[in-house]
Amino acid sequence: MKVNITEYLRIELDTERWECRRCDRELGAARENYKRGLLVYDRDPREIHPPLLDSRLYSRTYSPDPAWCRILEYYCPSCGTMIEVEYLPPGHPPLHDIELDIDDLKARWKKGAAAEPERQSGSELPVRKLAPAHRHRG
Amino acid sequence: MNQETLPDEQALLDRFLADNRLFLGPDPEIMRDHRVGPRSDLEQTILEKGLSPHEVHHVRGLLNAALSEAFTMCNQMGAAPGAKWGDLVSGIYTARGDLAMIAPHGIIAFAACCFYPIKFIIKNWISDPTVGVRDGDGFIHNDARYGGIHNTDQSMMMPLFYHGELVCWLSTTIHEGENGACEPGGMPAAAESKYDEGIKMSPFRIVENFQLRRDLVTFLQNSVRDPKLQLEDMKVKLHAVLRLRERVISILDRFGRDVLVGTLRTHLEDVEAEVRRRIRELPDGTTRVIQFMDSSLRENVMQKISLAITVVGDRMIMDFRGSAPQFTNRAVNTNIASFKAALCTGLLQNIWPDLPHTMAVLSPIEIVTDRNSVIDAEGEMPQAMSLMPLFKACVVWTIPMNKLNFSLPQRYSATIASQYDQAATFIYGGLTQHGDVTGNFCGDINGNGQGARSNADGEHSVSPVFGFMCDTGEHEINEEDTPIIRLGAQRLARDRIGWGKYRGGLGYEQIATVRGSAMWGFMTGCEGSKFPSAQGLFAGYSCPSYQLCKIKGVNIFDVLRDTPQAIQEFDIVRLMNERPVSGARYSSVDMGMTFEICNEGELYMICQGSGGGYGDVLERDPALVMKDLAEDLMSHEIARNIYKVVYDEETLIVDEEATRKCREDYRRERTRRGRPFNEFCQDWVRTEPPAGLPYIGSWSDPAIIYAMSGGQRVTMKADQLHGVFMPNPKDVRIAELELQLAQLQRSTGGGE
Repeated sequence: MKVNITEYLRIELDTERWECRRCDRELGAARENYKRGLLVYDRDPREIHPPLLDSRLYSRTYSPDPAWCRILEYYCPSCGTMIEVEYLPPGHPPLHDIELDIDDLKARWKKGAAAEPERQSGSELPVRKLAPAHRHRG
Repeated sequence: MNQETLPDEQALLDRFLADNRLFLGPDPEIMRDHRVGPRSDLEQTILEKGLSPHEVHHVRGLLNAALSEAFTMCNQMGAAPGAKWGDLVSGIYTARGDLAMIAPHGIIAFAACCFYPIKFIIKNWISDPTVGVRDGDGFIHNDARYGGIHNTDQSMMMPLFYHGELVCWLSTTIHEGENGACEPGGMPAAAESKYDEGIKMSPFRIVENFQLRRDLVTFLQNSVRDPKLQLEDMKVKLHAVLRLRERVISILDRFGRDVLVGTLRTHLEDVEAEVRRRIRELPDGTTRVIQFMDSSLRENVMQKISLAITVVGDRMIMDFRGSAPQFTNRAVNTNIASFKAALCTGLLQNIWPDLPHTMAVLSPIEIVTDRNSVIDAEGEMPQAMSLMPLFKACVVWTIPMNKLNFSLPQRYSATIASQYDQAATFIYGGLTQHGDVTGNFCGDINGNGQGARSNADGEHSVSPVFGFMCDTGEHEINEEDTPIIRLGAQRLARDRIGWGKYRGGLGYEQIATVRGSAMWGFMTGCEGSKFPSAQGLFAGYSCPSYQLCKIKGVNIFDVLRDTPQAIQEFDIVRLMNERPVSGARYSSVDMGMTFEICNEGELYMICQGSGGGYGDVLERDPALVMKDLAEDLMSHEIARNIYKVVYDEETLIVDEEATRKCREDYRRERTRRGRPFNEFCQDWVRTEPPAGLPYIGSWSDPAIIYAMSGGQRVTMKADQLHGVFMPNPKDVRIAELELQLAQLQRSTGGGE
């Protein structure tokens, strides 16, 4: 059973592996940091947020300061989809941002929570105002 | 000492200490507890007996209407600019001071902090023979250390007695702004101690027999720059509370005491139960986010806020340990209670917006911090610009909660990136064109761009980050009351966008000057000039950096009169790059500026910012890219270089096949240039912050905190934090210039 965790990542519960939702590539153990299965690139922030003011006249130009801020871009090694970005000061350790209890996740989905169907890009998400009791555990 | 008399001795000692407390400062027992208190005996009896759900629902509706009426009275009659655009609240509390309901308008954060001063009054004044709490009393307070968002907000709190029994509490609060601080407007970034913050009212009685006490009113008027506003809004708040009181008494007459008391308690308990149920829906695990604040508003200094959200069953723990230490002489600290109020706002604004606005929303959530950190500062620390960490708290949920709840079959709001989270507005002060002294801030603070959603772009300048139910106010009213002239307003800030599959909503430009004042000035209080503030989600980019631009040494009104063709449009980028006014001084500086005199016709220019983007830019529908071009939101360079769309610039017709190939090529380029994570980290990760970066907070280990002392880097243990003292920026600049001078003298063979 596959459970979507982000726009681009899912966990295959049977194999306990991270997968790319765009190309199905396996990205590593679900109990580990998914970033270990990705490619990383250190971006100069001025490439993404280009200066709007003349940098010969001003040091502050609407671009982030590259000595204070770098952009780490994470790519799927197979399809090149950008799966995550992380704005960090130079040299700051990347964050282990998702650390789910895989046993709990398996137990919940085994108890009958229907897997969310793959959504089409731009489709409306189901939103409700007040939910009926929806318990995954007793 | 006789063992048998010891308990008596102890009781005597306890009573002596209780009766002779030197100072009733902010009470940690109250201020560190954000939870709904236990049921009173009366509440227990009423709820055991049972209530009709229909009656509860009916009473809840009547209370909602009454609160709404009181809110509207403040909104319509209040003199403060904040009152005009909804920065206020009306609330009803249980007899023990738990906040049950607020009006369905305005600022949510009040729902999670207005109860603290009432609990202080209950604990200290009811039984104090020199004070007491009686029918007809009203209490005022503004010091956030006793509960509140910040010290610009003044409250009016009133006990409601029914047949001689204290049944509930009522209140109204307005963001008044001016409070006599060292800078006008009530939010002085220049405050270096709490004694620079202006008047600090602990809760005290200002109303007796339903009348304001004129002696105390006079004292308060004498303590602020705007005595007319002080009087008018105290009256407004009092009379709104009195109207609310009339409505609640009519509810009591009709339904009886027990139904009202039971309804208030039921409302709190129902909300708390629903929050626990929603936590239980989330998968167990931990998600994390880091935020960076790049300014103390006096100098650039990188401050880290670290958050790990852990869910285990129906427990949710927010762990902020590892965040930056407090500043001893900078205003950007907050106390923990105000920080929690902002957390409640963020949860309601971004994750569970359908929940009732009450303190019970945050009550079940556990919050862990390092004491003496910038988000949990001790009382002596200045916190006049606590908005900086508070605004971060408003958006801190978006990234980690969306990573926790994306797998749920159903959610309660859109999956959304962070909203722009800076107080991007002009704070002002001086003499008006009518000769009055005033100080306050503009409603533009409410124009933060929305974060992109998983299925749609963010809305432009949609609301303040701290309350989705506020307006931006009317510039025309502002121009009637103050000498501020808007030469550019509500013009969307082109090219300043959080890119993504869906883009963030844009902010707008604000170009202000002054006319007809003998003395006027501005300050601005924003971070994000070096490190972007609004984070993207799931590979969406953050917003860019923003700064303050100034054109000084010119009177723009003379220029417009003498050479009206000189300025084609009031567009910040064009004005700064083309420099159409010769002889003027153009500068682009940090968006944190302490109060500065603005002479007639000089220009101060800032932007509201964009929300963060959502998703990979290469997945943005080319038609949406063309739409942004058609609406002049961005330039062709962005369409080509960021979104990789191939199209005709004249017709905006997309070459679909060429675009597909361009994007495929670019994806391949990514896989060529990217390096495997472990290999990358070997080169990337440093053992400590870069030497030249002024950095405070943890780095790789949340237990070790980096800070600065006298320009040198120091470390301390997270559980033994002490404050960071910053040198005066002018002293730093003088030292730099003296060094340059000495070098110059050496190079020319001269001496001192």
